[in-house]
Amino acid sequence: MGARSSSNSSAARPRVPGLRAESAFQKALFVCAVAIVVLLTAIFLSLLLHSFPSLRSFGLSFFLGTAWDPVSRQFGALPFLVGTLLTSFLSLLICLPFSLSISIFLGEYFTEGALSSFLKNVTELLAGIPSVIYGFWGLFALVPVVRKIEMNLGIPPYGVGIFTASLILSVMIIPYAASIGREVITLVPSDIKEAGYSLGATRQEVITKIILPYARSGIMAGILLALGRALGETMAVTMVIGNSNILPHSIFSPGNTMASVIANEFTEATGRLYLSSLIEIGLLLFLVTLVINITGRYIIKKIGIEA
Amino acid sequence: MNTLVAIFLAFLVLLSPASASANRVELIGAGATFPYPLYSKMFDVYWKQAGVKVNYQAIGSGGGIRQLTNMTVDFGGSDAFMSDEELARAPARILHIPICLGAVALTYNLPGNPKLKFTPNLIAAIFLGKITKWSDQGIAEVNPEVKLPGLAITVVHRSDGSGTTFVFTDYVSKVSGEWEKKVGRGKAVNWPVGLGAKGNPGVAGLIKQLPGALGYVELIYALHNGMPVAAIQGRNGSFVQPSVASTTLAANVPLPEDTRISLTDTVAPGGYPISSFTWILVYKEQAYRGKPMEKAEALVNLLWWMTHEGQEYTEPLDYAPLPAEASGKAERIIKSITYNGSQVLK
Repeated sequence: MGARSSSNSSAARPRVPGLRAESAFQKALFVCAVAIVVLLTAIFLSLLLHSFPSLRSFGLSFFLGTAWDPVSRQFGALPFLVGTLLTSFLSLLICLPFSLSISIFLGEYFTEGALSSFLKNVTELLAGIPSVIYGFWGLFALVPVVRKIEMNLGIPPYGVGIFTASLILSVMIIPYAASIGREVITLVPSDIKEAGYSLGATRQEVITKIILPYARSGIMAGILLALGRALGETMAVTMVIGNSNILPHSIFSPGNTMASVIANEFTEATGRLYLSSLIEIGLLLFLVTLVINITGRYIIKKIGIEA
Repeated sequence: MNTLVAIFLAFLVLLSPASASANRVELIGAGATFPYPLYSKMFDVYWKQAGVKVNYQAIGSGGGIRQLTNMTVDFGGSDAFMSDEELARAPARILHIPICLGAVALTYNLPGNPKLKFTPNLIAAIFLGKITKWSDQGIAEVNPEVKLPGLAITVVHRSDGSGTTFVFTDYVSKVSGEWEKKVGRGKAVNWPVGLGAKGNPGVAGLIKQLPGALGYVELIYALHNGMPVAAIQGRNGSFVQPSVASTTLAANVPLPEDTRISLTDTVAPGGYPISSFTWILVYKEQAYRGKPMEKAEALVNLLWWMTHEGQEYTEPLDYAPLPAEASGKAERIIKSITYNGSQVLK
């Protein structure tokens, strides 16, 4: 600001570099924004290009095939597609009550004070833990617990499997859903909340009838972000999912996800078709994420409160 | 501030390759993870002795083969020999030089971890999912002195593509026709049953956690971690405990000139049946992509050293050294390496 005012006082000449800087800044922003689009398209195209051999030899049967057999070069991605969708949505289901409670608690009940910011930071810290740590924790702490549950249920007590992976994932995605949820709940205008109270509504009624409906599109956006994270998570899932390439028949069966099969097999994949099939799984993951994101945006738009 | 700058400069000096070895040759290799501890020991000693720096990236056998065929490394490392098809796809002739032997051990988690014995048929039946309980009649017959619990057998295998898996499935394919037809051999296969875990540590970790689990890991890994290993019935009917000595014995068979041989289910008496060579792969003609003669010489000398003086580092690290016949074959192969058509080794 100081520089600006001094330049104003000394004739019109120095304004030109200011303008030039302004337009350069604008250009830089534009280039960065376009670069993202170019990059995304390039990723998509290179995935498409490299999965061509597999696309040509398997066609649609790639998405419906259940056998993943590198020896006889038969590749079907259905077990991984199912594994990814099952773990992601199951983890979302487990995470929802917790993340919603956290966002309501921190956004409405406990908005200020040391304890509130402590809780807020702890929740956000969960997002900063490397996923390999979650994997280790899952393997050593969660797996024995799940095994006990499985023993009591009378199913094979592997301890690892889709359910364990979903549990880990749900802990990992809580901060994403919770912090955005908290943000939008604090943004609910206090005059409409007060209007609710003045009509004699209880706090619970204000929350369920006013705050949540008002904030639902924002909460949904947080959930979408969490889901995106769950879809692509690799390391922690790989460590606890059991890595079985057989189509899972229950949520306790071992399974595999698209991301974890790529991580597992990419380094040793020799042969064009094998490599290309793994890349096609990458393409599939890309498309699934895209479809879920577009659907999510559509839902957010549909349920958003028109301001 | 000054100390910060000093630290930064020191860091730069450490990082820059030119500062330490301006006129020294540096060789780059990539491949198998299994021999990595041995190779890093060997390369460290060799650097001190001969002043040749060797940079080996343990990215896996498949990656090593890929990098060698792309000619981006001086040598590749692999636990599985290249198939005829893979060799045909390479841009030039590739040689296999055996460096040492490794073995794959069956390890398990049972109460008290008793010493167990397995026949080839039992192994195939368990990994095919036909035997599902430890109390099975077949297991009990081979292990009359062990009281086996009624636990379910949970098979644990590698989830990542791996030379260890190749050696193991190669063995099972040889001893079971059904396995060969249904599953076959490969670095990653379509497992009929069981759980997958990443790397030897992953498999070992899962086995340690799961009562009743049975899986395969590299022998070295099992030995270093005090895991129980099973004796396996050899061709002549006697049970062989996996060890460095029995692994070396497995190579006492007539070897082909190019040493591309699978040693699993070996006929050598006393040889552990799930053993394998691990190879270093190089191009026969070293004058490619503008490679200088000094580099080819350094590579050949390194290979000679690894198959001779370097062998003394195998046993302390629990790797099995090459038997006499294999090192003779290795010598002949190293001598056949050329630079512009003339022999490199002096």
